[in-house]
Amino acid sequence: MKFTDVISPFLAWSRAAKKADTIPYPTQQNPGADRYRGFHINDTSKCIGCGRCETICENKAIDMVKVEGIEPTKGDSGLRPVVDYGRCCWCALCIDVCSTGSLAFTNEYRWVTEKPDTCRYTPGVDKKAWDNEEKGYRQENDVLGWAGSPREEMTIEVPEERIKTFDEVVKGYTVQQAMDEASRCIQCGLCISACPAHMHIPDYLKAIAEGRFVDAVKLFYDNNPLPEMCGKVCTRQCETVCAMGYQGESIAIRWLKRFACEQFESLADVLALEAQPGEPNGKKVAVVGAGPSGLSAAYYLSRKGYEVHVFDRYEKGGGVAWYAIPEYRLPAEGISKQMKVFEQAGVIMNYGKEINAGMLKKLESEFDAVYLAVGLQKPSSARIEGEDLPGVRPAFDFLMNSPEKTEDLKGKTVIVIGGGNVAMDTARTCVRLGAEVILSYRRRVVDMPADDEEIHEAMEETIDFRPKTIPIRIEKTKNGIRYLYHEAKMVPNPKGGRPSPKPKDDVEHAIDADILFSAIGQTSDIEFIPESMQKEMELKWGRIIVDDKQYTGYKNFFAGGDITPGEGDAITAIADGLRAVQGIVDRLE
Amino acid sequence: MGVNPATDPKKTTHLFFGPQHPGVTGNMSVEMWFDGDQVTKAITHVGYLHRGFEKLMEKRLWIQNFPLVCRICVPEPDINEECYALAIEELAGIKVPERAKWIRTLVLEMARLAMNLMAFGGQAGTLGLGTGAMWGITFRDFILDLFEELTGARVYHIYIQPGGVRRDLPRGFRKRVHLVLNKIEERLPEFDRLILNNAVFKLRTKGIGAVKPEWIEEYGLVGPVARGSGSVRDVRKDAPYEIYDKLDFDVVTETGSDIYARAMVRRREIELSISLIRQIVGGIPPGPVATKLPNLTEWRVPAGEYYSRVESSRGEYGYYVVSDGSLKPRRVHVRGPSYVHAVPLLERMLIGANIADVSNIMVSLTTCPPEIER
Repeated sequence: MKFTDVISPFLAWSRAAKKADTIPYPTQQNPGADRYRGFHINDTSKCIGCGRCETICENKAIDMVKVEGIEPTKGDSGLRPVVDYGRCCWCALCIDVCSTGSLAFTNEYRWVTEKPDTCRYTPGVDKKAWDNEEKGYRQENDVLGWAGSPREEMTIEVPEERIKTFDEVVKGYTVQQAMDEASRCIQCGLCISACPAHMHIPDYLKAIAEGRFVDAVKLFYDNNPLPEMCGKVCTRQCETVCAMGYQGESIAIRWLKRFACEQFESLADVLALEAQPGEPNGKKVAVVGAGPSGLSAAYYLSRKGYEVHVFDRYEKGGGVAWYAIPEYRLPAEGISKQMKVFEQAGVIMNYGKEINAGMLKKLESEFDAVYLAVGLQKPSSARIEGEDLPGVRPAFDFLMNSPEKTEDLKGKTVIVIGGGNVAMDTARTCVRLGAEVILSYRRRVVDMPADDEEIHEAMEETIDFRPKTIPIRIEKTKNGIRYLYHEAKMVPNPKGGRPSPKPKDDVEHAIDADILFSAIGQTSDIEFIPESMQKEMELKWGRIIVDDKQYTGYKNFFAGGDITPGEGDAITAIADGLRAVQGIVDRLE
Repeated sequence: MGVNPATDPKKTTHLFFGPQHPGVTGNMSVEMWFDGDQVTKAITHVGYLHRGFEKLMEKRLWIQNFPLVCRICVPEPDINEECYALAIEELAGIKVPERAKWIRTLVLEMARLAMNLMAFGGQAGTLGLGTGAMWGITFRDFILDLFEELTGARVYHIYIQPGGVRRDLPRGFRKRVHLVLNKIEERLPEFDRLILNNAVFKLRTKGIGAVKPEWIEEYGLVGPVARGSGSVRDVRKDAPYEIYDKLDFDVVTETGSDIYARAMVRRREIELSISLIRQIVGGIPPGPVATKLPNLTEWRVPAGEYYSRVESSRGEYGYYVVSDGSLKPRRVHVRGPSYVHAVPLLERMLIGANIADVSNIMVSLTTCPPEIER
């Protein structure tokens, strides 16, 4: 030890003359850093109430509650997070997993209050001083990617190969791909409200993620007896509201449903005891039309013990969904696989029986209830000159008639008019039959009612899209027909809604072709309903208006599917069938 | 409690030291018997701080444990996150981007620096030299400001995650790191004059609290406790993790075996950390800072077990993590160096010590009770 050691500690006194390291609070206050984890804010208009913040919070500091003024809608639970600052530890997991990125921290950390109850509040709803603070810990999903991820890529046949055959375009997932894709689900359940049939989507995704495919199929059949068909051609309203879609891609719910069904040779065996007729209750129900809606009603009624007879004019069940949808989207072999389930469940099928007015009267007297699910059978008219020329054909009839077996269009030029799924199916079928296809549509491509995927795939398949073309007339030529059209410009609709097409000029453009398919929609054909019955029912545009249990208002008659106003897709038709079951049960008991 | 049967009860003073005593490191206590003012027997008591970390971890999702593990060590939380993340990465086969490795090392060294500043100043504090303790805390706060800027939190950062870190460096961060390091370096001589060149400090620490070099193997001592007695053990050198193999440094070691030597190790560790941080900040490569993780709420880490270890400011620190392939860990065991330092070693070191030196000796081991009772 040296003498300086006695002196040196006292040199610390020199600090007394220097500026202090500490901050003289409260005259000078330290703002939080730009990234500071202070109090929460929530953009309630962006928040969809998926509840992922609540799930991830390990302290149970977040509860999802109903908030005054925010109503639940499709894709929004109407719930918003309440944060309890007596439990929050500011770990910011809730911020980083927020599926829409609405939840964030401000850099405000000072809050003095005499009321401890206010320390539990709903950010964004209960007004706080820091609501407009722009700094603070915010989600950076491009860094972490916790709030959204890309979906497992589906193998799709390349356009050059797929136009050669009617083989299925979509190849399906492998087991690993399906389990990985299903495990992306955050179990928020927003999809359930968007699905017309309210299928148990989070539950079956979890089952698939865990490899319990039998459980998944059983969950499908709880409220959808045609899962394989829906797994291929559903309009998937569920995917449009998927929370994962906000900052990534929505979960491939449709493909996963298809995957689970394809794991089994026989769905009837998987369901075994679950697809059996119920204890007979002595009541009989007639279902007119073996499409998705009719089959759904029949399946669940039969399981409840009703004796159900299904009548259909065709020789096989499935309706438009199976007959009109081409092989490359929905192969026929899936039909019998799914139809076996209905047979096992005790549904009595009467194929090749066209119901007319007389027979309907007979059904009325013989059965306790009748469910009308006949769909839309009559092609709409384009109302243009030359529509009745030979060579101008309705696309719907063409598709219904197994074109892959009955038609040969090699070297021919085909025009398809329309922008819906039937137009796409027709155009793509014609390409596969060897034709050169031109697709004419009055409005823009974005206005087409067909699925985006269908439009995209059709474009890949060398189909010549001619949007904004207004038909004038069709003329007969030596070898075929001539289609004349105006080019259109889009005029904004003063009443709102989508802009309408108007001819750009007087120039008439012409295309020579062999065949023209008109695919501008179908209308109902209710001639089989006797006038006396029609008078008792409420009709609008040829469709039957029903109540929320599909009741027509006439005796024990119920109706559903496309014959009633609605979305016009298979899953809505299935949902109608489910509601009709409830209606029939209520009415007969 | 009673009587030490080894000595005559009439001549023995029986004393509980802690857990409320400010001289005790954390929430633990030592029961002691004195003959005059010399300790004849000491027993370490823990249990005041048991929060069941390990059991809690089995009830939470893998990711939810990050806000929990950091709480095992207040002054240096990042080692827990690092150990836990290393184990998950090994089990799940996750690759960490190069830039993330550098940033993690930066975070670990910043935490070590903050801890050593506090521990070095705190050593003076046990001798009544409060200024040293205050300065240590002040300097640590400069680093906490950096942590606040980088991670959004001052103490529990919850910043390291499997596959990387949660945020990239903010703009201008490296410059501000240098500014803080300059400020600390500038003040270190003042620190030395106050503590190391202090007659009282020397008298009270030299030759006191000896850790005999043969005890290192006997007890499995690590960290500054072992390095103050001539050991060159350092996980950063012996089993380099992250980017320690790319950094240029020598293991700090002293041979005095006493409290002064251990304080000296910490003092030199401060300089080492400053040098390492400067190397890291100068060499951080560009690139992503995180790997994509699966859906966190449905994440099943593949079955397996792994022991991950890092060098903490107290020595080798390890996590033994077992997964059964489910959503939650099957078992997580935290192996902190304080267990041997605070229980068998302290009980042995205190025998023959003066009553006034007890807290001095305890603080020189910088034991951390949460590591003992997880």
